[in-house]
Amino acid sequence: MTALSVSSPRSIAWPAILKEAAITAFVALLLTVPLVGLRTVDRPTGLGLETRWAEVAAAVGLVFLGRLGLCLIRDGQPTVVLVLAAAATAAGFLIQMPTEALRVILIAGGAIIAIRAAIAIRTGRSKLSQAERDQRMDRIAAKVQHASRWLGPIAVVVALAFPMTPLADRQLLDIGILLLTYIMLGWGLNIVVGLAGLLDLGYVAFYAVGAYSYALLAHYFGLSFWVCLPLAGLLAAGSGVLLGFPVLRLRGDYFAIVTLGFGEIIRIILVNWYQFTGGPNGISGIPRPSFFGVADFVRSPPEGTLAFHEMFGLEFSPLHRIVFLYYLILVLALVVNVFTLRIRKLPLGRAWEALREDDIACASLGINRTNMKLAAFAIAAMFGGFAGSFFATRQGFISPESFTFIESAIILAIVVLGGMGSQIGVVVATLLVIGLPEAFRELADYRMLAFGMGMVLIMLWRPRGLLAHRDPTILLYGRNGKGAGGAAAGTAAAGGQGIAGGRAK
Amino acid sequence: MLKVSGVHTFYGAIEALKGVDIEIASGEIVSLIGANGAGKSTLLMTICGNPRARMGRVLFEGEDITGLPTYEIVRRGIAQSPEGRRIFPRMSVLENLQMGSITAKPGSFANELERVLTLFPRLKERIGQRAGTMSGGEQQMLAIGRALMSQPRLLLLDEPSLGLAPLVVKQIFQAVKDINREQKMTVFMVEQNAFHALKLAHRGYVMVNGKVTMSGTGAELLANEEVRTAYLEGGH
Repeated sequence: MTALSVSSPRSIAWPAILKEAAITAFVALLLTVPLVGLRTVDRPTGLGLETRWAEVAAAVGLVFLGRLGLCLIRDGQPTVVLVLAAAATAAGFLIQMPTEALRVILIAGGAIIAIRAAIAIRTGRSKLSQAERDQRMDRIAAKVQHASRWLGPIAVVVALAFPMTPLADRQLLDIGILLLTYIMLGWGLNIVVGLAGLLDLGYVAFYAVGAYSYALLAHYFGLSFWVCLPLAGLLAAGSGVLLGFPVLRLRGDYFAIVTLGFGEIIRIILVNWYQFTGGPNGISGIPRPSFFGVADFVRSPPEGTLAFHEMFGLEFSPLHRIVFLYYLILVLALVVNVFTLRIRKLPLGRAWEALREDDIACASLGINRTNMKLAAFAIAAMFGGFAGSFFATRQGFISPESFTFIESAIILAIVVLGGMGSQIGVVVATLLVIGLPEAFRELADYRMLAFGMGMVLIMLWRPRGLLAHRDPTILLYGRNGKGAGGAAAGTAAAGGQGIAGGRAK
Repeated sequence: MLKVSGVHTFYGAIEALKGVDIEIASGEIVSLIGANGAGKSTLLMTICGNPRARMGRVLFEGEDITGLPTYEIVRRGIAQSPEGRRIFPRMSVLENLQMGSITAKPGSFANELERVLTLFPRLKERIGQRAGTMSGGEQQMLAIGRALMSQPRLLLLDEPSLGLAPLVVKQIFQAVKDINREQKMTVFMVEQNAFHALKLAHRGYVMVNGKVTMSGTGAELLANEEVRTAYLEGGH
C-alpha cells in the first residue's frame, strides 16, 4: 500500500475506489452526526435540540470526494486530482458559502490533497512510508533547531519592536500578552516535563498559588506588585517542594495522577476557603503594576505621586500600561528561556535530562534523584508563580475559574506538541494552541472542533512533537565532527570543569 | 575491600537472598555465577543499597554501608554498570560519559575521558553519536566506560555479556582484564557466561537459590565437576 509507483498509470479500479470512499464517508457520518449535526440550545422551555443536517451532508460529501481524490492519486492520476483540489481550494476562497466552517474545510481539505498530489507528481510516489516521513520531519526539526540560533534573537527583536509598530493596537497587544504568558508557562513546565521527564498534570496549581499570593498579599497587606513578584515565586516554589516530597518517589502514571490531584486540591481550597480567598467570587480590585514603583499608569495621579506619562513627558494613553505589561511578560518569559538554555549545559540540567532518559541508571551514577526532581519541581513552580502573579496584576480580578484542569492540560499540550524539551517547539506550539483558536474565532461553534482536529493531526504526523530533535550540549571535535583526536582536550576539559565544578548534589 | 556478611534481601515477602557471605579483596576480579533467578543481580543491587538488606551487613573498606542511600554508596567509590546497560539513549556518547563523572573529583574529567577512550577506541569514533543508535556491544562499552568515569575503587558489572555476540563478549572481557591489570581496579562481576567469567576471575562464587553454594579460585571452579555439569556443559 505504502509506496506504490505511479510512473505507469494503470487502469483505475472504480468499484474498489468507490467502496473505499463510501466507507470513509460512512465513518465521517458516524462522527459528524453527534459532533456537528446535533446542538443544544437554550429555549425558554428548557434545553432544546437543534439539528443541522445540511452541514453533516456537506461534510460527508466533502470527505467522500477527498478520499476519492486520495485514491486517485494512489492509482496514478495525481495531475487530475491536483487540478480539482486546487479548484476546490479556490472555490472556497471565492464563492460564498452557507457557513464559515464549510469554507474552512473546503480550503484546508483541498489544500492538503493538492499538496499530496503535488508531492506524488514530484516524487513519483503516492505516499511516503512512516520511516521516511519521520526521517524527513526529523531533518526539518534539526534544521529549525539549528536555525533557532539566529531565529531566536530575531524573534526576540521582533517581539521587542512589535509594540512600537503602528500595528500594535489594544487587541493585538492583548493577544501578544496572552501568547507570551502561555509561552512562559510552557517553558516553565518544560523544565519538569521536557527536561526531567516528570509528567506533571497539575502545573496550574503553581500558577494559581502565584496569582493568589499576589492578590492576597496586596489585598490584606497592601504590598506592591514588585514586592510580591519574588514572594509569589517563593511561595509557589515552596508549594512545589511541599508537593514534591511525598510524591517524587512515585513514577510515571502514578506520579501524574497525584499531580492531577494536587492541582484540584489547590483549586478546591480556593473555592471553599471563603473568608480568606473570596471563594468562587474571587478577588477583584487587584492593584495594577506601577512603573517599577516610581510612577503609576493613571491619568491624574493622587497628590504626591507621579504618573508615567508625566515622568516621560508623554500624552496620557491607556495603551502605556498594556505596552508595559507586554514588555514585562516578555522579559519574564525570556528569563525562563535563558535559565533553561543555560541550565542544560550545567550538571543540574544534564542530570535532569539523564533522569528523563533512565531513572535507574542515574541512581547507579550517584545522583540523588529525589533532590534533583525536587529542584526541577521547585524551579518550574517558581516560574509558574511568577506567571501567576503577572496574570493577577494584568487581569485585576482572579477567581478559581481561571485555574481549572483544562489550563494544565493546555500547557501540557503545548509542551508535548512542541516536542518535549524543545524551547522553540514551545513557541511554535503556543502559536498553534493559543493562536489558532484566536484566529478561528470566526468559526464560532466549530472553534474547538477545529482545534481538536488540529491536535489529532499533529500527533498523527509527529508523534514525538513538532520539533523533537535534540542536539548534544557538549561536543568534542567541534560542530561538524571533524578534526583529530588531539583537539579533544580543550572542550572536554572545559566541560569537565563545568561538571565537576558544579558537583550535583 | 568489600565484605558482605549474612545478607538477607526480600522482595515483599519473597526472600531473594538467604544469608549471603562474600568477600572481595583489593585488586581482585571476582565472578559470581549462577542460573537465572538465583539472586545474582539482587546481590549486586543490595550492595548498592536498592533494595536494602533486611538482615546482615555490607562493609566497604571497613565502613558499614548497609543502610545508606544509593547515591551515598556510589560516592564512596563503588560504580556499577547496571544490568541491561541502561545508557542514556538520547544523549550523545560524550554526554553519557560526562554523566558518569558527575560525582568524580573536580578536574578529573579530561584524564578519565582519555583513559576510557584509550580502553574503548570504538567510543572515540562514536563520541558525538546518540548512544541509543549504537550496537549492543558499543552500548556495553559505554556503560562500563561511564561507570569508570567516576574513578571508582570497586567496579560492579552486572551481566556485561548479556545479548552480545561471542566476539564482542571477548572484547569486553579483555577490557575488564585490562582495567584490572593497568588500573589495579577491583572488579566484582555477575555473569551467566560461566566459562568466560571464571576464566577471567581470580576467584569465583556460585550462587543457587539465594545462597552461595561454592567458592574457590576461578581455575578450581572451572575444573569442578558440579560446576561443569550445571553451568558449562553444552557450550560456551
